[in-house]
Amino acid sequence: MCLGIPMEVVALIPPDRARVEAGSVSTEVSLQLVENVSVGDYVIVHAGFAIQVMDLEAAEETYQLLNELAEAEAEMEEEAALNREAPRQ
Amino acid sequence: MRTLEKLREPGLLRTLTRRLRSLKVSSPVTLMEVCGTHTMAIHRAGLPSVFPPNLHVLSGPGCPVCVTPTEYLDRAMAMAREYGVMLTTFGDMMRVPGSSGNLTFLRGEGYPVEVVYSPLGALDLAREHQEQQVVFLAVGFETTAPTVAATVKYAREQQLRNFSILCAHKLIPPALEVLLADPEINVDGFILPGHVSVILGSEPYRFIAEKHHRACVITGFEPADVAQGILMLVEQLRSGEPRVEIQYRRGVRPEGNARALKFVDELFEPADATWRGFGLIPKSGLVLREAFSEFDAAERFPVEIEPQPEPAGCLCGEVVRGKVAPPECGLFARACTPDTPVGPCMVSSEGACAAFYRYSPQSRTSKGGSDDD
Amino acid sequence: MTRSPGDSGDRILLAHGAGGSLMHRLIRELLLKYLDSPELAPLDDAAELRIEGDRLAFSTDSFVVKPLFFPGGDIGSLAVSGTVNDLLMKGARPAYLSLGLVLEEGLPIADLARILESIQRTSQAAEVSVVTGDTKVVPRGEADGVFINTAGIGSILPETNVGGSNARPGDAVIVSGGIGEHGIAVMTERNGLKLGGDIASDAAPLNRVVLPILERFGGAVHVLRDPTRGGVAASLNEIADASHVEIALEESAVPVREQVNAVCELLGFDPLYVPCEGRFLAVVDGAVADGVVELLRAELDCPLATRIGEVSPSDAGLVQLHTTSGGRRILDMPAGELLPRIC
Repeated sequence: MCLGIPMEVVALIPPDRARVEAGSVSTEVSLQLVENVSVGDYVIVHAGFAIQVMDLEAAEETYQLLNELAEAEAEMEEEAALNREAPRQ
Repeated sequence: MRTLEKLREPGLLRTLTRRLRSLKVSSPVTLMEVCGTHTMAIHRAGLPSVFPPNLHVLSGPGCPVCVTPTEYLDRAMAMAREYGVMLTTFGDMMRVPGSSGNLTFLRGEGYPVEVVYSPLGALDLAREHQEQQVVFLAVGFETTAPTVAATVKYAREQQLRNFSILCAHKLIPPALEVLLADPEINVDGFILPGHVSVILGSEPYRFIAEKHHRACVITGFEPADVAQGILMLVEQLRSGEPRVEIQYRRGVRPEGNARALKFVDELFEPADATWRGFGLIPKSGLVLREAFSEFDAAERFPVEIEPQPEPAGCLCGEVVRGKVAPPECGLFARACTPDTPVGPCMVSSEGACAAFYRYSPQSRTSKGGSDDD
Repeated sequence: MTRSPGDSGDRILLAHGAGGSLMHRLIRELLLKYLDSPELAPLDDAAELRIEGDRLAFSTDSFVVKPLFFPGGDIGSLAVSGTVNDLLMKGARPAYLSLGLVLEEGLPIADLARILESIQRTSQAAEVSVVTGDTKVVPRGEADGVFINTAGIGSILPETNVGGSNARPGDAVIVSGGIGEHGIAVMTERNGLKLGGDIASDAAPLNRVVLPILERFGGAVHVLRDPTRGGVAASLNEIADASHVEIALEESAVPVREQVNAVCELLGFDPLYVPCEGRFLAVVDGAVADGVVELLRAELDCPLATRIGEVSPSDAGLVQLHTTSGGRRILDMPAGELLPRIC
């Protein structure tokens, strides 16, 4: 369960709130449950609270991995297509 | 952030789903997700239509709303009727059936029921209506409990005397333990819930791999995340070395969110809890600690309610355990539909039965069932 | 008294008005039981009447919206656009409107003036006149500021035959612009979310967009629907059901503005279920579909108009969604009111 949306911190509102933004929409969340948040960080927002600061490096690594997977798949599909065509030649 | 957008590139997604489709699994593999948002993500993206024929993904007890027992709703509604309290709730709870209707019925009778997006919204209502007692229906798993804990602490700081919570928070690992203790359960691996794990970390799941030898991958919620999580699980099963891996690394640290956990520990203590469809599970719920019992709505507004049996014929308990698929239940798509839910799995739009009803063409022979008569 | 936990009870619920399956059941099982006529039976947005050889469209709609004023519109502009658009969806050129006002005691006169000014402005844009009206005042607490009812009449264009049951295999589905903007604009004002951002309602009369299409493509336009309550999902299900066809919808083709997507994610909505008040769906002969899109984009100020689906034969009356991820699923009728969820 649990909807959690990544949003960028655009302004800190002392003592413990922040304005966060995603897709040109902004809202206010409580920072009670997270530590060391700065403007520019991405936080996961659940039920009006930031529940974690996102690790952007890890996000990029996940993307790279997925991309490699996709490339490998595309190559295999190409090969399979070539193999299918081969007998016809 | 560009990276998150890149995870949604249609080209990438389509290649990944083709990869899923062409995945070779030598013997049948059954995976279970235990998170309503996973159920939703999987079905909304239409992923079941691309799974290879011998890969099955079951929906376990992942919807905290679905597993909230009838008695809880009865208690909340009795409080509204007897004490005139304003009920504040997440939208998810509105259609959960009690023994005499649900919260939309109560609102239809003229009792104040307000849908809020955050427990802080309930606190705002209490501040705005100081003459009115406001009760927040505190449901949810590990992800939501810290937000409620922080809200109760705000209420204490602000000395709000008209705010309380009716607590039915549930914990995922004890439910998984009960699930795995059932010898009949047929699950090879778990797609573990990303946002519960943001709070919990990966440690609490270790027993699944070590004691029960099931594969585990903590997974995010983009279709690309789910695809990767499934591929990781299949790979882990192939390797024959079950362990707890984290796919959702951008959100989940192995140690979880210590600050949030501290809030939960300060406010709540574990207690036995009743799960709709499961019955009583030891130490699977949270109750307010003595020091915060002044915020316990159950103490503030005592009501008598009758114990309720499970609805007759409802197989939600079996569905949630992965023992039967939704259409195998005699009520499915007949007496029990998203409009007229009987059991918990049809109640939430992301409950196992509702999602199945909604998104699988084979789930219904004719459209809407009751619309045709 | 015991009641099965599944039945919807003996009272009207908000869900009965949400455009979903509960509302459809209420109409079919209760309203049609007492009120049945051949003109009512098709349950289109407007009824087709034949009076002395003329084909007229007649429609009525009531407007209850909270808040009364929202970004991009207000209850006044909504009351005019809503009825005007219902007439257009029957292939008619709107001509006259009636206006019924139910005012709550205590409503600031300035608010009423603002609403009337908006009614005036929108009627001018829609090229209709308000020709009859009624005003009632109810005690404080018995209405939410203002309730408005409008009814409208217009003449159906010659060579035109649009109706919910006219979709045919080989037709294409077109949407005129980004979806969900009205619903999101109203909801963000209502839920006290403190949301910021440029989210305006799309509420607008569609005469300047729909009439040129009917004039140019006439009989090739089979169905027109404005996806109000229940959104695109409800409208397409109604069409598929009434026409006994299957509609395949291409998710990645459906235009959704970034802001709408963002709010939907935050609140756990699917944009396909969120209401629009200034968009329409057209089911047209596949052969003219690209021409309709071209006309909409190039001349009618609908840059996001897109072909989003295809109609194929099937008795099941289902809507199949081809997802962006490359999967497939059924796009169902919405069950009840749109509620924000967190789990």
